[in-house]
Amino acid sequence: MFALARLCLVSLLLALAAPAAAQVREDELSEFSEKLEIGISTDEISITSDFRGADLTIFGAIDGFDEKLLAQGKYSIIVTLEGPKEHATVRRKERVFGIWVNTRSMTFELVPESYSLSSTRDIETIAPPGELGNMGIGVDHMRLVPLGFVGDGSNLGEFRNAFRRIRETSGVYQRDPGGVRFISSSLFRASVRLPANVPNGVHVVRAYLFRDGLFVAAKALPLTVVKTGLEQAITRAAHDQPLIYGLFAVLLAVITGWGASLLFRKE
Amino acid sequence: MTVYLPIAELSVNILIILGMGAAVGFLSGMFGVGGGFLITPLLIFYNIPPVVAVATGANQVVASSISGAITHFRRGTIDIKLGTVLLCGGLVGATLGVWLFSLLRRVGQLDLVISLLYVVLLGSVGGLMLWESIGAMRKAAKNQSTPRRRPGQHNWIHGLPLKMRFKKSKIYLSVIPVATLGFAIGILTSIMGVGGGFIMVPAMIYLLRIPTSVVVGTSLFQIVFVSAYTVIVQASTNYTVDIVLAFVLMIAGVIGAQYGVRVGQRLRGEQLRALLALLVLAVGIRLAIELIIPPKDIYSVVSAGFGF
Repeated sequence: MFALARLCLVSLLLALAAPAAAQVREDELSEFSEKLEIGISTDEISITSDFRGADLTIFGAIDGFDEKLLAQGKYSIIVTLEGPKEHATVRRKERVFGIWVNTRSMTFELVPESYSLSSTRDIETIAPPGELGNMGIGVDHMRLVPLGFVGDGSNLGEFRNAFRRIRETSGVYQRDPGGVRFISSSLFRASVRLPANVPNGVHVVRAYLFRDGLFVAAKALPLTVVKTGLEQAITRAAHDQPLIYGLFAVLLAVITGWGASLLFRKE
Repeated sequence: MTVYLPIAELSVNILIILGMGAAVGFLSGMFGVGGGFLITPLLIFYNIPPVVAVATGANQVVASSISGAITHFRRGTIDIKLGTVLLCGGLVGATLGVWLFSLLRRVGQLDLVISLLYVVLLGSVGGLMLWESIGAMRKAAKNQSTPRRRPGQHNWIHGLPLKMRFKKSKIYLSVIPVATLGFAIGILTSIMGVGGGFIMVPAMIYLLRIPTSVVVGTSLFQIVFVSAYTVIVQASTNYTVDIVLAFVLMIAGVIGAQYGVRVGQRLRGEQLRALLALLVLAVGIRLAIELIIPPKDIYSVVSAGFGF
């Protein structure tokens, strides 16, 4: 926690002073004069085994803004933290001969394993649903493309809703309308939540700037999440050296079983 | 006090896991069973993903069976030749079982198949044991001696070809039923995380007519190797062996077993069997209820991990 707090402080200084090392420019051609800059002080986060979730703070600034529009509060910002993408299968149970059986399933193509969203206000009031849908911003507008044959697609909606509901109740998909705050006229601070079961891998921090419902600019930064500690070493061993891991598991069982019988025989 | 299980990907209360391991160890020591058929369902009741519970249960079986196997080996009550034939069938069965396990997991029916197998096996074995032990208790009350089975009796199994002489068991028997039995137990080990002793021992005594003196040792010999093999194959194909969970269970289990043995020696055989039968039936019924009552959420999501 202290480490994170320090990290935030450092990033604030960096954002104020000069372009930080981790800053990535993603200049986009647009007719707008506004530009968006964001910074986090590190591109890697180590998570120890007692990790219970944390808040990540991202600082950013709007450049080339219109004073009048800013004063009227016409600028809105959405910041997301998207986890690594995997295929996800949703299954539906039905009663068959008295017992509950998974009967239908649908696999969605490459959806993020975690997703946290912060915004200056409720995203539905920032931009029209069509715009959010096109850009895939927010859990409700996230692209959920089914993989393979889905028949007439009549149950696509229910599977999509179930997916969103389960991911939100389990806490890996979160939203915080109010998590982005302006700390000066054009400088903002966003906090996004890293869930306790945050997946390993490359996450992407994205910031979007909207002006009066229109998309203006976006910026993305990669953030690598690495779990550390004994548990992580075990997970890595299980996946990278599965045969040795299996042999070790058996050896441990042999030693425990045999050892106990020797120990208790002497009594 | 919680401990994070790296493979199951969840935090559990270590005291509950220790308690579970000790209780099952105690019962397995008391009844002389491996305890795999109790530990796996208990883990599932405690929300450990069934894929992890099964593979980790097999690891626990290795620990709980090894000391018994060594004792029998020292006493010379293992028919190594017979055990090897069983083992050959067992390894093939376990390989097929792990393959089936992966297949069922892919199509999303693994949890159902595990539960159904448990309900059917625990229900039938528990029912038969209860029936038999109540009969024995009645007869004991009436002071009648139970009719002893004649080992010389032959059935159709003894007419099969490919006969082999098993010197230690003093038996001349076809390898086909022996390897088939091993094969079936191997499948159960890899899909259910059980050693299979509770099926193998009666099958060896009543179907194959193998002398009781070598049955337990020989079945333990097969169980140790088949479950060790299953752990290794599960670890390398499904990555579902949770070594932290297995270790906590093992430690508690082997200690609990030592005390279970002492209590078991004070109880009468048929009383023990009736108690074990009730326990087996209770676990089976609990699993059956789980299948019948409407689930909290009819939808579930699975991704690279085990889902939530």
